[in-house]
Amino acid sequence: MKYVIKKVIALIITLLVVSFLAFLAFQIIPGDPTTRILGSEATPEMVAALREQMGLNRPMLLRYLDWLGNFVRGNYGTSFTYKVSVNSLLADKLPVTILLTALSFIITGVVAIPLGILAGSVKSKIIDKIVIIIDQIVMSVPAFFIGMIVCFLFGILFRLFVPGQFVPLETDWRACIAYLVFPAVSIAIPRIAMTVKMLRSSILNQLGQDYVRTARSRGNNRRQYLFKHVIRNAMIPVITFLAISLAEIMTGTIIIEQVFTIPGIGRLLISSIGTRDFPVVQAIVVLIAAWIVIVNFAADIINQVVDPRMRNR
Amino acid sequence: MDSKTKAKKKFFKGNAFLYIGFVITAAMLAMIIVSFFWTPFNPTEMDTAAKMAGPSSVHLLGTDNLGRDILSRIMKGAGTTFLISVCVVAIGCVCGIIIGSLCGYFGGIADAILTRVCDTITAFPAILLALVIISITGGGTMNVIIVLGILFIPSFARIVRSEYARCRNLNYIESARLMGASSFRIIFVHILPNTMAVLLPAITIGFNNAVLSEASMSFLGIGVKPPAASLGSMLRDAQTYLRNTPWYAISTGIAIALLILGFSLLSEGLQQAARREE
Repeated sequence: MKYVIKKVIALIITLLVVSFLAFLAFQIIPGDPTTRILGSEATPEMVAALREQMGLNRPMLLRYLDWLGNFVRGNYGTSFTYKVSVNSLLADKLPVTILLTALSFIITGVVAIPLGILAGSVKSKIIDKIVIIIDQIVMSVPAFFIGMIVCFLFGILFRLFVPGQFVPLETDWRACIAYLVFPAVSIAIPRIAMTVKMLRSSILNQLGQDYVRTARSRGNNRRQYLFKHVIRNAMIPVITFLAISLAEIMTGTIIIEQVFTIPGIGRLLISSIGTRDFPVVQAIVVLIAAWIVIVNFAADIINQVVDPRMRNR
Repeated sequence: MDSKTKAKKKFFKGNAFLYIGFVITAAMLAMIIVSFFWTPFNPTEMDTAAKMAGPSSVHLLGTDNLGRDILSRIMKGAGTTFLISVCVVAIGCVCGIIIGSLCGYFGGIADAILTRVCDTITAFPAILLALVIISITGGGTMNVIIVLGILFIPSFARIVRSEYARCRNLNYIESARLMGASSFRIIFVHILPNTMAVLLPAITIGFNNAVLSEASMSFLGIGVKPPAASLGSMLRDAQTYLRNTPWYAISTGIAIALLILGFSLLSEGLQQAARREE
C-alpha cells in the first residue's frame, strides 16, 4: 500500500511537471497570440483590451494555474482556425482514436501472447530460426508502410473496404469498427512482432532457471512446468511491456490516421500543426502526454501486483 | 590468413544476424554512395511521355506521376534520409557521451537530476516530443535534425552513464588514477574504449530509430520540404497514387524497411557478439 501511495504522489508530480512544460512550451512561441486572433490591422487599444481580457498581463504562474484549472475541467480554449472551442473539436474525434487504440491493443494481445508462447516453447531449432527471422523482418517495417500495403491489398485489390471513406461511429457503428480493424491491424503488426520477441526470450530465460530443473526432477512433464511455472513467470515483463504499448499505440494512431484518412485526434493534431493552431495542438499534446504518464503508472502498479518481489524495492 | 581476418571470421561465425545485417547495410550504403555521383536518370527530370509507367527495362522501378524515374529518386531519397540520420545520431551520441560520462564518472546531485530528466524524456515516444517542438519551431530539414538530435541524447546518455558508473571503481581505473592520470584522461582515454561493447549496438539501434523517425516526420509532411526528397516524403507522395502506381509506394517502403532491417540486425548481432565475449 505504501508503494502505491508513493507511486500516486510521483504520478501527480509528473503530471504537474509535464503540464507545466507543455504550458511553457506554448508560451515561448514567437509572436503575440492577440495578433493571431485580431489580425495585423488591430489598433494598439484593441490589442491592449484583448490582452487584459485574456489575462496575458498577469504573472506566468497564475496564468498556468488558471490554464490548469480550465484544463482539468475540460475547457481547452478556443481554436484559432475554426473559432470554436477545442472541446467541441475533440468531442467527436477523441472516441474514434480511443476506439482505434483499443482495437489495436486487443489485436496485439490476442495474437501476440499465444504466438509468443508457441515461439518460446517450440523445440525445433529450424522453426525457432524461422520465427526469429520473420519477427525481425516484420519489426523493421514501419506501421505506416504496413498501412499502405493493407490499403492496397485489402482496399484496392480485394475491395474489402474503401480507403478514405471512413464511416462515423454515429452513422453505423458496425461499419465504423469494420473500417477501423484495418488501421488497427497495421499498428498492431510491428507491435505483435516486438511482443513475440520479448515473450520468447523471456520464456527461454525462465527455462534456464533452476526451478525448472527442480520441477522436472519432481516428475512434472514439459507441459506441466511450462504452463504452471514458466509461462506465469515469463509473462511478468511482457505484461508491463503490453501496458506501455498502450502509450505507443496511441502515438502510432497519429500517423496511421493519415494513411487511412480517419478523422481522429491525430489528423487534427497534424493539420493544426500545419496551420499553427496552438490551442488545439496544446490540448491534444497534453492529453496524449497525460495518457502516457498514466499508462506508465498503471504498468508500475500492475508489475507490483503480479510480482510480489517488486514490493520490497 | 593473417590474424586480423581470422578474428573477423570468428566474429561473424555463428552470428547470422551480424552477417546479414552487415550485408544489407553495406548494400544500402553502396547504393547511397553511388547516388551521390550517378543515378540512372536525373531524379528531378520529368518525362511527360512516360508518366506513371510500370517497371520496365528502361525504368527498372517505373516512373511516378510526373514521369520521374523512381529508382533514381529512391537512391537520392535514401541518401537524404541517411544523411539526416547520420547527423541525428552524431548529435545524440556525442552529447550523450559527454553528459553520460560526466554524470556516471562524477555522480552526485547533478547526476541524480539529469538521470531523472533522461528517464522522463525517454518515457515519451520521440515522435510525439518532436511534433510538439516542430509545431513551435516549424518544419524543414535543419529543424528535424536538431530536434531529433536533441531527443536522441537521453537514450545515449543513459547507456553511457551506467557503463561509467560501473567502471569508475574498477581496478584499472584506480591504477590509472594512482599513476596521476587526470579525470579527463581517464574518462576519454581509459573508460570510453571500454564502453564500445554497449555503445556500438546503441549507435546502430539509434540509426534504426533515426531512419524511422525521419521517415515518419517527412511522411506527415513536417520534415524534408520539396524539392528535396527523403524516403518518407516520397512515400507521402506515393500514397496519393497508390491506385495507379502501387510500385512507387511499395519500392519506396521496401527501401525504408531494408535500411531499418539492416541496422536492427547489426545491432542484434553486435549485442550477441558482446554477450559471447563475456
